[in-house]
Amino acid sequence: MKPEDHSTATDTGEAAVPFWHDAGKRSIVYQVFALIAVIAISYYLFSNTQANLARQSIATGFGFMGNEASFEIGESLIRYSAADSYARALLVGALNTLKVAFIGIILTTILGCIVGVARLSTNWLISKLAGAFIEVMQNIPILLQLFFWYAIFYESFPSPRQALNPITGVFICNRGLIFAIPEPHRAHAAMGLAFVAVLIGGWFLNRWGYKRQELTGQFLPAGKITLALAVFIPLLVWAVYGAPTAMNIPELRGFNFQGGLTVSPEFSALLIGLVLYTSAFVAEIVRAGIQSINRGQIEAAKAIALRPGQVLHLVILPQALRVIIPPLTSQMLNLTKNSSLAVAIGYADFVAVANTTINQTGQAIEGVALIMVVYLFFSLSTSIFMNWYNKRMALVER
Amino acid sequence: MKLTKILVLVLSLCLMLVTFAHAGKDLDAVRNKGFIQTGVNGAVFGFGMPDAKGVWEGLDVDTARAVAAAIFGDASKVKFTPLSAQQRFTALQSGEIDILTRNATRTLSRETQLGLNFVTVNYYDGQGFLVSKELGVKSAKELDGATVCVLPGTTTEQNAADFFRTHKMAWKPVVIESTAELAKTFFAGRCDVLTSDASQLAGARAISADPKGYVILPEIISKEPLAPAVRHGDDQFRDIVDFSVLAMINAEELGITSKNVDEMLNSKNPVIQRFLGVSPGNGKALGLDEKWAYNIIKQVGNYGEVFERNVGINTTLGIERGLNALWTNGGLMYSPPFK
Repeated sequence: MKPEDHSTATDTGEAAVPFWHDAGKRSIVYQVFALIAVIAISYYLFSNTQANLARQSIATGFGFMGNEASFEIGESLIRYSAADSYARALLVGALNTLKVAFIGIILTTILGCIVGVARLSTNWLISKLAGAFIEVMQNIPILLQLFFWYAIFYESFPSPRQALNPITGVFICNRGLIFAIPEPHRAHAAMGLAFVAVLIGGWFLNRWGYKRQELTGQFLPAGKITLALAVFIPLLVWAVYGAPTAMNIPELRGFNFQGGLTVSPEFSALLIGLVLYTSAFVAEIVRAGIQSINRGQIEAAKAIALRPGQVLHLVILPQALRVIIPPLTSQMLNLTKNSSLAVAIGYADFVAVANTTINQTGQAIEGVALIMVVYLFFSLSTSIFMNWYNKRMALVER
Repeated sequence: MKLTKILVLVLSLCLMLVTFAHAGKDLDAVRNKGFIQTGVNGAVFGFGMPDAKGVWEGLDVDTARAVAAAIFGDASKVKFTPLSAQQRFTALQSGEIDILTRNATRTLSRETQLGLNFVTVNYYDGQGFLVSKELGVKSAKELDGATVCVLPGTTTEQNAADFFRTHKMAWKPVVIESTAELAKTFFAGRCDVLTSDASQLAGARAISADPKGYVILPEIISKEPLAPAVRHGDDQFRDIVDFSVLAMINAEELGITSKNVDEMLNSKNPVIQRFLGVSPGNGKALGLDEKWAYNIIKQVGNYGEVFERNVGINTTLGIERGLNALWTNGGLMYSPPFK
């Protein structure tokens, strides 16, 4: 709609068209009215809520965030105790949601790609197995799957006192998977830095190798070199620091294992449930992406003697990705949002913590608003990143 | 036009019905109906739950029967509505039920903000801990490092956190929204401890696969006085419900049971004579038949009988009298004089 163009036309015309006959102006009027209506309704809802809350003398605002939370949270990435504030408790919940969403997205992408490719395999058995997996996972509600996996953890594993001990330092029981971790030492931070440095170096090496290949035709196995260095250099750093081998080994003391690292049944059940469910959808997206590529291209690639792996890597995936990424983004968002089902199986995610906060403070509106803002933030961030990646992939196409 | 008229008529009829229900004449309404509509839990064994044949049983159920016995002289003139924790107060406010006997804790905010009146407490409860006997734990103070299944509620999580903090013990909560799912998780061994109101723990234990394998620890970490409630607006009805509960307590104090109540009618004790309506006065004061207390004891029993029948030491719940013993036995059950 271009109102300017239209008005210039009427200026030169003989009689001025009344504005209600001018589609451009009319649409502006409609939009103004719509805007006023939206503002008026929002104002009404807001002031009505405020008035009602005031009438029932319910406190409003986010003042409660600084108060002592005085409830405990089952698992936390940061130090937390009941003496900390509600704000910190909510942060713990948000980090727990991020943890399961982040790991879940990575595993889902990997598993989804494998199953999607397997679905198209020429091997009858593999393709049918992948098909069965997709049908089963897609068609059972995620909540039921979560209950199922959680029940498997608490029903079939022994109590801590009869914990399975497959290898030294690893215990499996109905309290989760508990394993030994190295005692904190300066060497570990240095090893981490070295690893990151190698990865960055590897990226540059890859670029340089690619340019060299374009100029000289000589192939540089940059990936393999980086992988070797990524293992070797951190080990070297570790040796330089005197090769600390002290381990924090879990042991049964009182009711539970103390020490080591525990992966709780709630987290495991949620992760497994989300990954299996979502990866079935991702597999179908991957399959569709691959099938969107003209068979001629694949045949051509085979004709120039590329191995099946190379066909996938060099011909199919770069083109399929641009079809795959947009729906993949929405699956990632689904996974993040579905993680709020954690309340059903007792994983302390953001919704669980916010629910307890609402229960204790009675400030439901603030609590629900926080839940919405946090999920909106997670979803928008994921989608911004994926859109950026999508643009990058789209540019590859000529 | 016709349609509008009909609509207006129907609407005003509805309004009339609504105002009728809210008129404050709850007693009249109950008498006209011929029965008392009672809100109960429906899922807590020993307090309000139908048995295998569909007959309602429990301490809260019997409390409602006592009120029916007082008003109609017939303890069976009562109908039950199972309610969730969210629904219970709304159901009472809206007139869907006449009394609420659904293990509701009496608190200041409920009494003042929800437009209802609690009467005499019919069960003194408190948050406790349920553990497996295998653990060999004798006191909640030995629970350092335990994993605790917590029933989500307004204060359960906080009470537990406060307890562990006060005693400087580490613990891990597992909080699950659905009560049934949480109990399943606990009995499967995911947690060392289940915490909730002690009566609910006893109920959960009673319907578990192995009730004998679990024990409720002696520590009670919160006050939960559970009382029947009526809505504002009919003080006479409130008094009747209140004194129906008190009559059961008073009968136990006087040594009157459902078995000996007929002999007691011949008692020379003026206190008993007044209580059972042999010497009239109490019934008239409440607007009831003079036999009202006799009917309660004859048909429902005294508080001790009701307690022992539903939740007592010889039932699957196996709860000791504790705070719910008579004041003469070190408990809190105490009745004002019936005169």
